[in-house]
Amino acid sequence: MSKEDSEYLINRKDNQYEVVIGLEVHAQVLSESKLFSTSATKYGAEPNTQVSLVDAAFPGMLPVINEFCVKQAIRTGIGLNAKINKRSVFDRKNYFYADLPQGYQISQFKDPIVGEGKVILDMPNGQKEVGIERLHLEQDAGKSIHDLDPQNTFVDLNRSGVALMEIVSKPDLRSPDEVNAYIKKLRSIMRYLGTCDGNMQEGSLRADVNVSVRPKGSKEFGTRCEIKNVNSIKFMQMAIEYEANRQVDLIEEGKTIDQETRLFDTKKNETRSMRSKEDAHDYRYFPDPDLLPLEVSEKFIEELKNDIPELPDDKKKRFIEEFKLSPYEANILVSDIDTAKYFEEVVAKMGKNKDIKLAVNWITGELFAVLNSKALEISQSPVSAKNFAILINLIKNGTISGKIAKTVFELMIDGDKDPQKIVEEKGLKQQSDPKALEALIDKIINDNREKAIEYKQGKEKLFGFFVGQAMKASGGKANPQLINEILKKKL
Amino acid sequence: MSDITKQSLTELIENIKNKKLSSTDVTKAFIDRSEKSEELNAYITNDFTSALDKAKKFDQKPNLNLKLPGIPMAVKDLFCTKDIKTTAGSKILNNFVPTYESTVTENIWNEGAILLGKLNCDEFAMGSSNETSFFGNVQSPIDKNLVPGGSSGGSASAVAGQLTPVTIGTDTGGSIRQPASFTGIVGLKPTYGSCSRYGIVAFASSLDQAGPMAQNVKDCALLHEVISSYDSKDSTSIDFKRNNYSKELTNNIKGKKIGIPKEYRVDGMPKEIEDLWQKGIQYVKDCGAETIDISLPNTSYALPTYYIVAPAEASSNLARYDGVKYGFRAKGENLIDMYEKTRSEGFGAEVQRRIMIGTYVLSSGYYDAYYLKAQKVRKLIKNDFDEAYKKVDAILTPSTPSSAFKIGEKTNDPVSMYLNDIFTVPVNLAGLPGISIPAGHDSKGYPLGLQIIGKAFDEQNILNIAYAMEEKINFKNKITDWWIK
Repeated sequence: MSKEDSEYLINRKDNQYEVVIGLEVHAQVLSESKLFSTSATKYGAEPNTQVSLVDAAFPGMLPVINEFCVKQAIRTGIGLNAKINKRSVFDRKNYFYADLPQGYQISQFKDPIVGEGKVILDMPNGQKEVGIERLHLEQDAGKSIHDLDPQNTFVDLNRSGVALMEIVSKPDLRSPDEVNAYIKKLRSIMRYLGTCDGNMQEGSLRADVNVSVRPKGSKEFGTRCEIKNVNSIKFMQMAIEYEANRQVDLIEEGKTIDQETRLFDTKKNETRSMRSKEDAHDYRYFPDPDLLPLEVSEKFIEELKNDIPELPDDKKKRFIEEFKLSPYEANILVSDIDTAKYFEEVVAKMGKNKDIKLAVNWITGELFAVLNSKALEISQSPVSAKNFAILINLIKNGTISGKIAKTVFELMIDGDKDPQKIVEEKGLKQQSDPKALEALIDKIINDNREKAIEYKQGKEKLFGFFVGQAMKASGGKANPQLINEILKKKL
Repeated sequence: MSDITKQSLTELIENIKNKKLSSTDVTKAFIDRSEKSEELNAYITNDFTSALDKAKKFDQKPNLNLKLPGIPMAVKDLFCTKDIKTTAGSKILNNFVPTYESTVTENIWNEGAILLGKLNCDEFAMGSSNETSFFGNVQSPIDKNLVPGGSSGGSASAVAGQLTPVTIGTDTGGSIRQPASFTGIVGLKPTYGSCSRYGIVAFASSLDQAGPMAQNVKDCALLHEVISSYDSKDSTSIDFKRNNYSKELTNNIKGKKIGIPKEYRVDGMPKEIEDLWQKGIQYVKDCGAETIDISLPNTSYALPTYYIVAPAEASSNLARYDGVKYGFRAKGENLIDMYEKTRSEGFGAEVQRRIMIGTYVLSSGYYDAYYLKAQKVRKLIKNDFDEAYKKVDAILTPSTPSSAFKIGEKTNDPVSMYLNDIFTVPVNLAGLPGISIPAGHDSKGYPLGLQIIGKAFDEQNILNIAYAMEEKINFKNKITDWWIK
C-alpha cells in the first residue's frame, strides 16, 4: 500500500489499483412512533412490548403512514442538498423470514422520496464531494435471537416497522479514510437535523458497503461485492481493506471477481461469501396497494426548508468568519452538534470582552480531556457552558493565571461549581498589585544575593529561577507578566 | 309470529320500533331457522348463545333511535370480529380469534345490530362457488346441490334462506354480486374507498370492498348507509360526503341515461341471459329512463387483467400466514421446512394456485410483461368507463353469464369458473360501484340478476335505478325450504 499524494492505492508488482466504494447507509429515523403504526420506538425496551397488531401483521391490519417520518426524511434530504420528490411510492419487498411478520418489507423502490444530492467531506488534502444517489424510507425488520435456546429462535418485534432512511451514495469514495469521513459527516448532518441519533452501537446507523477495485487510471468500474450490515466505522474500514486486497489478489492471479453478497467476520477480520448473484433473492417488488402514492406539495417542502437549522458546513463557514477560527478549529467544533452548541453558549455567556481563541483552546484541551477520561458526551459535561465562560473570562481579565485556572477547573468538575466562588473561597486570585510584588521580589533577591550577582555577570538562565521563586512565594498566584517586568527592572 | 324470518330488514326495524316485536323475538326466530338449516352449511361459527343474551339486554333498555335496533345479523367470515373466531374459510386460520373488530362490523354493532355468527365463504374469498372453503361447500337455498356462488356464498345462502335478515360480504371481482345473482337477492359492491378495509382479511387490496347483501334494494341501501364511513385506519379510505342512502332512495329515475355496453354481449352467452338483459332495458325505459348504446372497448381484457393483478396482490398479502405468529403451524425440521409444510397443509388448492400465479407474475423478468402491463390495461379499462360516463349516468349489464351451476360441475375447470366473473370484474378494476338485483329466472327456475354500474361515489344513483327497476320486475324468490326436515 502506498500513499502518494495521499491517494489510497493497492500495489502489486507493477500494478496499482484504485478502490471504489459506495455505501448504503441505514439510518433509523428519530421518531416517537413507527413508520406505519403508532407503536413506540424506544431502544432497549422489554422484548415484544412495542408491537402493534400492524407491526405483527395480523389479518386485516393496514399500514398508515406516519407524517412525522416523512418530514424527517425530507429534512434529511434537504440537509443532503438533494432533490425532494413530490411524488414517491411505497413498494413491497417480498421475502420470508421469521422476524418479518408481513412476509414483505414496505420500502421505496422505483420512486424514492429523495433523489440526487451531495455531501462535502473535509479531507487532509482538501474538500471532497460525494454524490448521493437517493434516500428512501422503509420499515426495519424485527430481531431474531438465536442464542437463547439450543432448539428455538426467539423473535423480538420491537424493531419491526421502525422507520429507516436508506441513504445510497454514488460510488465516489476511494479509501477507508473517506468512508470514515463520509459516515461521520452524514451522522453529523442528521444529528444537526435531529433526524437520526446516529448511534451505531444501538444499531440506529448501519451500512452495507459496496467495494470494487480497478487499475489506477481506469474509467470503468470493476465487479463489486456488497458487504452486508457492518455496524462500526472501524469494521467498515477493516472490511474494505480486506475486501479490496482480496479482489486485487484475484485479479493478479488472473481470476475473475464474482458479484456477490459477503459478510464481514469481525473475529477473523475477513469477508466471506454469503450468497452469489445467482442465489440473490427475487424480491418481487411491486407498489403496496394498501398505500396511496405519497404526494407532498411545494409548500410543504418550503415550510420544512425554512425550518432547517444551520448545518455543519454553514456553521463552519460562520465560525471562521465571525470568530476568526482556523478551518481546523472550526471543523472540530462543528462536527458534533453538541460541541457546537456548547461552544456557542460559552461564546454568548462570555459577554463583550471575550477571548474566543482562549475558549476554543480550553474546550478542545481541558474540557475534551476531562470528557474523555470520564467517557462523557459534551451534552453531559460536568461543567456548564455558563461556568466555563466565567472561567475563561477570569483568565482573560487577569483575575487568575492559566495555571491557577487549571486548578480551578479541577474543582469546578465536582458539582459544576462557580469558578468565581472557588477563586474567592480558596483565595486563588492572582496577585497583580505591583507594590506587593515588588516587596516580594526584593525579599527573594535579598535571600539569593549570590545568584543575583551571577545573573548580572551573564548567567541569564537564572532568570527562570527567580520567576520560579516568586511564583512559589506567591503560592502560584502572582501575575507572571508583572513578575517578569519587575524582575527585569530589579535584577 | 312464525313469519318473522320472511320479513325484510325494513319491516323488522319497524316492528321493533313499534314494539310489535322484540329483539329477542327476532333473534330467536333467526337462530331457530339457522339451527334447522345446518344442511346449507352457511355458518362456520355461530354465536347464538351470546346473540340471545345481547338481544335480551337490548330489550331491557331498547335504543330505538339506532339504525339497526336489536337486529340480529350474521356476517361473512372474512371480517375480523373481536373474541369470535375468524377463519377466512381457511385451515390456516382455523384457530384464529382476533382481539379486534373490523371497522365495517364495528359500524354495524354501533347501530344496534347483534352478531349471529360467521358465514362460510371461499377460502380467502378466492372462488366463485363457495367450494374452496376449508369448512365445506355451501348449499344454495334455491336447490339442492346447487352452488350459491362465491366467494360470499354463505352470506348469499343465509340471506336467501332467511337465516339472517341482511348480511355483508366482500367483493374483489364479483364476490357479492355473483352470489346475489345466483340466489335471487340484492348485492352492492360500493365504490373502492367507500367502506373501510380495516380488519377485513385481505385478498387483493386494490380491489377488495365490503358491501351489503339483502332481500331488497331498500334494505341494501340502509345497510350500506351504516357500513360506509371514512376511516383513517385505512389509507385507501376516501373522505367524501356520504348520503343517507335509504332516506334519499327514490324510484324517480326519469330522464336518467342508461348505457348498454355492446361488449358485454359475449360469445356463447345463453339466450335467456340476453333475453333478461332486453327485459331489463325495457324496465328502465318503462321507468322513464333513456338507454344509450355505448362501447367499453377493453372489456375483453378485464378478466386476464384481473387474474394477474388479484393473484399478484394475494401472493404478497398471504405471505403473513407462515405459522410463526398465529394460526395453523405444521411441524418442520427447520424454519424453511416449517414454512413449506404449514403453507402446503394450511392453504387449499385454489389459494395455492393463485399464490403461484401471483408469485410468477411479479417475478423479475416477468413483472413488466404481466403485472406492469396488467396495470396499464387496468387504466385503459377505467378510461373506458370515464368516457362512457360522459354520455350516461349508469350502465346496465347482466350480472353473470349464466345462472347457478351444480356443486362439483366446474371444480376441475378453473378457467370456466373464472369466466363467472366476466361482467363483474371490470367494475372492481375501475373501482366503481355496482349492484346486482334479481331480475328473473332461467328455464330451471334459478334466479338471474342484472347489474347496474355507477359512477364513482354515485351509489345513490344506482340504488335509485335498482329501486325503480325492482318495483317493475316484482321478482319473487322461489324458496322451497328444501333443506328443512
